[in-house]
Order: sequence, then structure tokens, then C-alpha cells
Amino acid sequence: MNKDRRKFLKVSTAITASLIPAVSVSSSEECEIDFNDAYGVLVDTTVCIGCRNCEKACNIENNLPEQPQGNFEDKSVFETNRRPDVSAYTVVNPSIDSKLPKYDSYAKIQCMHCNHPACVSACIVGALTKCRHGVVSWDAWKCMGCRYCLVACPFQIPAYEYEEALEPRVMKCTFCYDRIHNDKKPACVESCPVEALTFGKRGELIKLAHSKIESNPNKYYDHVYGEDEIGGTSWIYLASKEFINYDLPKLAEEKIPSLTESIQHGIFKSFLPPLALYGFLGLVMHSMRQEKKKEALDDEQS
Amino acid sequence: MNNHEAPTPINSKFFSKGAIVLSIFTLIGALGYLYRLIYGLGAATNLDNQFPWGIWIAIDVATGVALAAGGFTTAALADIFHRDKYHSLTRPALLTAMLGYTFVVVGLLADLGKYYNVWHPMLPSMWQGNSVLFEVGLCVTIYLTILYIEFFPIVIEKFMGHVKLPGILSKYNSLVESFLRISNRTLYRLLSLFIIAGVVLSCLHQSSLGTLMVIAPYKMHALWYTPILPLLFLLSAVTVGFPMVIFESILSSWSFKLKPEIKTLASIAKYTPILLFCYLSIKVADLAIRNAFGYLGEINIQSFYFILEMVIGVIIPMVILFQRDKRYSIKYLFLSASCIIFGILINRINVFLIAYTPLYSSSFYFPSFIEIVVTIGLMCGLVLIYRFLVIHLPVISIQRVKYKIVSKIPASKSVLEG
Ligand code: SF4
Ligand code: SF4
Repeated sequence: MNKDRRKFLKVSTAITASLIPAVSVSSSEECEIDFNDAYGVLVDTTVCIGCRNCEKACNIENNLPEQPQGNFEDKSVFETNRRPDVSAYTVVNPSIDSKLPKYDSYAKIQCMHCNHPACVSACIVGALTKCRHGVVSWDAWKCMGCRYCLVACPFQIPAYEYEEALEPRVMKCTFCYDRIHNDKKPACVESCPVEALTFGKRGELIKLAHSKIESNPNKYYDHVYGEDEIGGTSWIYLASKEFINYDLPKLAEEKIPSLTESIQHGIFKSFLPPLALYGFLGLVMHSMRQEKKKEALDDEQS
Repeated sequence: MNNHEAPTPINSKFFSKGAIVLSIFTLIGALGYLYRLIYGLGAATNLDNQFPWGIWIAIDVATGVALAAGGFTTAALADIFHRDKYHSLTRPALLTAMLGYTFVVVGLLADLGKYYNVWHPMLPSMWQGNSVLFEVGLCVTIYLTILYIEFFPIVIEKFMGHVKLPGILSKYNSLVESFLRISNRTLYRLLSLFIIAGVVLSCLHQSSLGTLMVIAPYKMHALWYTPILPLLFLLSAVTVGFPMVIFESILSSWSFKLKPEIKTLASIAKYTPILLFCYLSIKVADLAIRNAFGYLGEINIQSFYFILEMVIGVIIPMVILFQRDKRYSIKYLFLSASCIIFGILINRINVFLIAYTPLYSSSFYFPSFIEIVVTIGLMCGLVLIYRFLVIHLPVISIQRVKYKIVSKIPASKSVLEG
């Protein structure tokens, strides 16, 4: 087979592939992911010492700026409440109700890799996907930059490269996709000196979290954040007080996309409603036309 | 068919004083647009990670689509329900819809970070059936195509029988001529199919635009967050359809010094207060069912905007238009149509911007200078192209007596005419 021909074949398979609908029509398909078997991380905020090693490791792993918000040893960043942005996929914040000079606890925040991600459901071209390992990742080629994912995410996580004129990216935690697929832990987890972050299968992490609470009920606030919130998240949290202190919002168990998706699928149920409307209007048009014709005829005769 | 006037090109100069002002604004807008393309969204807009959508989505896209609803509502009334007396309104409405949607797309392109990927939703491999935005995008694309097809007969009408291509191209005259003839014949047969499809597609995406924000329950203010947002969006779009037609019709009659078709306009306006009343009742019921009335008592920007939207956009015009004599007054018609249009504008801004209260926002979004000039420029550009097209194509049906002529004719003659 000569080169040209091979190239031709390649191109034509690419074209054919792109013409096959990839419609993930119902969220039930997505449920094929076994969330217990998917990966997750348990963040124990009572253990975290706010050293920002995870931030540093993340920036190095993902080729993000080396010193985004002050250098990584600088503790003065804690004075303001930070959010992940284009130069940092993850940030560590002290709990909101604790004040200098002694912060009582810290929480690392990043994309939660939701079980039923709002961003994935929202994305117009399917640039965001959730794989069976639980990772929610973003495809630069597909994305058209509508930023609907930013609107949809209940944790306000994805950041957009507004300053890029040509190829702005949606920036968020990648869950170290490549490392996980090579049986390595995410960079942040590996860098943590006190094991505040535990990487593992989500089902086991939830068990671990509950046993931690049980064996130390005085230390922990009795809730595993992310176990049920919006249908569950891959990253789950333990804390000594209410999670709102760590900028983790109060969320119901209802999956975020379920309402829009049921509206969508209701309207498009095998295209029946639109077709029915079409048929109905056609009928109206036809009968009205007949009526007018008759009237005209009557007019002529009289 | 002969009892109403046939549409004709308007005999008028393109560059009136108003048109010159509009051109200046359009030019400034175009420069702003260019600035955005070169320097990117960050430099041109006040958008950030907390407020990813600004007025380009709320006004250029969402309001634009709603205000272009005149196209499908008049088509439904005149062509599907065969209320023939409204036929004189269909062409201007169609033209507005066509230009409206075109400018929606132009506005959207400015807002897309990667505008050159705008065709991606057309590729089946990227279809994302769960995404509301995908459905909106697909429907708008198809509908825009249909609008162009529906408009094509007007172009044919103008050129068929006298195609005169300049210079060397003139040898293709007969070829173009026969193309026009064939398309005329096929279009004539198929037009009804397209018209119905246009109405169906409009219903779909007008409502889906409302579904867009349903995905952000934790960020939307309770005054607007309701699962029936799609219904409200569809109903309000249907409601604003006729007022928009009235608004334009009166404006263009003023601008071209024509006699407004008061009878037709008053007659089409009779549907509006009923629709407004339905809308108002649903809104009130929705607030009551969701127990959200309490939020109106809070003094904040949200309650202010909600009341503004309801009073100016719904209640005032409803009260005016329920009175028959007011419907026959150009002044009141224009006033109430303007109120409704303003109401829609505020409503879309409310749903997309004012109601959007993200968790960690430290500031509030206010559009940048560039965002504002681009938005204004787009509107002005639309009006200019509209003006250009009605001057050159048979769109508006003119009644014979013109203001200007009447005033210039000597007294004796005008008595004769009268
Ligand atoms: S946290 Fe936000 S960005 Fe991350 S998966 Fe969930 S919805 Fe998507
Ligand atoms: S910005 Fe990109 S990734 Fe986000 S919803 Fe739009 S197309 Fe999808």
C-alpha cells in the first residue's frame, strides 16, 4: 500500500467516524460507570497542614506557571479566599471561620469529578466527558469556547483562558489522567507529606471515611461530603465542622443535569412531539386553505 | 388577493440623517468587534470565571432570538391559519427574522472563545443530545437556513424576467434567469413545508433557550429559577412577536413617510393583551407555587429588576391594549409595543445576568465599553441592512397616499384626492 493511499484511507476513516452520531442520548448510559470502582480521592481537612505542596506538584505536573499566586511557600496567600483559575487547577484555603495567626484547618479544592457532571451534560459538542475511571476530562479540539460548562458547574470550578485570543482553553483539574492510566497516583496525592489525601477506589474511600468518623466521632463532623451531594463526586471530604466553611456549598442529592435532561428528552422523545406539532400545523394549514377556497367559490357563485 | 396592496420596493434615499448616525454606530461596533477578534475576550470584555456570560449572550443572542419571533408568529397566523388580511405583515416580519437571526449568529461568534469551531455541532460525532445548548444551536442553524429559503422568493420576484449581469457576466443572463424560474416553481410548491418547519423549529429553540439556565439551580435567583422557564420563554417569545411587527411597521412608516397600516396593526394587536394576561397569570402562579413571593419584599437589585420587567413589560401594555380605542391610536400602539419589547429585553437580561448569582463572586458583572459598542453596533447594522433591503426589494406594502406628497400637493388637488 503506498503512502498516499494510506493517507487517503486514514482521512476517509476519520471523516466516516466523525459522521457517526456519538449521541449519548440518555444519562442511563452514563450510569454504566460503576462509581464504586471508579477512582476517587478522600481529602481529610483535619489532617491537612496547609503546606501547599499539592499546589506546587500540580503546577509542575500540568505545566502551569511555576509561581502563580506568590511562591508556594508563601503563606500570606491565605489572607484572601482563592479560587482555582487558569494558573492553578487546585488551591488550598484555610477554613473561612478561622483567622490569622492560627488557621485551624485547610481544604484543597479542585474539580470534584462529579459522578453526574453538570459540565459534561451541558457541553454543546461533548468536549467534556467522564470516563469509567471517574475522570472528567476536556478535549481541546472539540471545544468551541461557549463557556456553558462554567455556567453549569455547581462548584464554580472550570476557568477560562480569557486572555488567549486564538486558542483559549477551559482549565480545570485533569485528575492526572495519564498518571492514573499508568497506575500512578495523582501528583498532588503523591506530594502530600501528611497523607491528608488518600487515592483509591471511590467505594473503598467512602467506607474508609465512615470508619474514620466512627472511630473518632469527636473529631469529625458527621458527614462525608461528596458521598451523595448532586449524585456523588469522585473527590470526597472529611472535616471537623460544616463544609460551608471550606467553600464547599450545601447541595442536595438531586443530580444537577436530571431536570434539564428530562425536559430535553421529554421534548425530543423519539422526535415525536416536534413531528406531532408539524402534523398538526400541516392539518390546520390544509383545512384552512380548503375553507378559503370554498368561500371564494361561494363568493363567485353568488 | 387584490384587496391589499402588493409589496414594492420603497422609493427613498438610503442615506437619511438617521441612517448616517446608524452607520457611525455600526462602524464603531465593527471596530469593537475587530478588537475582540485580535485581542481576545479578556481584553474586550468584563467576563471572568464567575460571570462567563455577559450581554453578548443575554442581549445579542437571547433577546435577539426572542425579538425575531415576529417571523414565525406572523407566518403561523397568516400562512397557516390563513388570516389573509395580515399578509402585508409577513414579509417585513420575515425579513426581520432573517436579519435578526443572522445577527444573532454574528453576535454569538464574537462571544465564542473559539469561533472558528462554530460548525462543530454539525458533525454527528460531536452531537451531544443531553446538551440544551446543542439543541438550540442545531435548531437555530436549520431555522436560519429556512428563513433564507423563505426569503428567496422575494429576491426572485425582484429579478426574474430582468436579470442583467454587468459586463462579461452578461452571457450568463439566461442561465441565471432559468435558475430563478426553476427555483421559483419548486419553492412555490415547497414553501408551505418550510413555513411549518420554521414554526416547529422556532417553538423548539425559543423554549430551549429558557431551559439553558435550568442547569444552574444553585446560581440562579429564586425569582427566576423555575422548571417552567422553557414555557415562559416560549410564551414570551410568542407574545412579543406581533408587538415587534407593529413596532417595526410604525417605525418604517415614520422613517419612509408612509401611512401606517393602522387597521391591520390594531387588528393584530388584539391578540397581544390576551397573551400578556396568560403570561402574567403563569408568572404569578409560578411564584405562588414555588413560594417565592417573599423575595419581592427584599430590597435588592433582583426584586427591582423583577418588578421593572413585570410592570413595564407586561402590566402597562396589557392595560393599554385591552382598550379597543387605544389599539387604534398609533401613539398608544407604539408605546405599548415598545414597552413589551423593553420588557423582553429586561427579562432576558434578568434570566441570564441579574438572576445569575454565582457562589464565590466578589464583584458584579457590568459590561465593558467594547461589549456595549458591539451590541449597539450590531443593532444599528441590522437596521441599516433592513433599510437597504426594503428600499431595493419588494418587502413593504405601501398604501398609496403618502404623507409627504399630500403635504406638497396644492390644496385644490389634495381635496380632489381626499
Ligand atoms: S466539579 Fe464542575 S467541572 Fe468538575 S466535574 Fe463537577 S461539574 Fe464538572
Ligand atoms: S466551553 Fe468548550 S468545554 Fe465548555 S461547554 Fe463550551 S464547548 Fe464544551
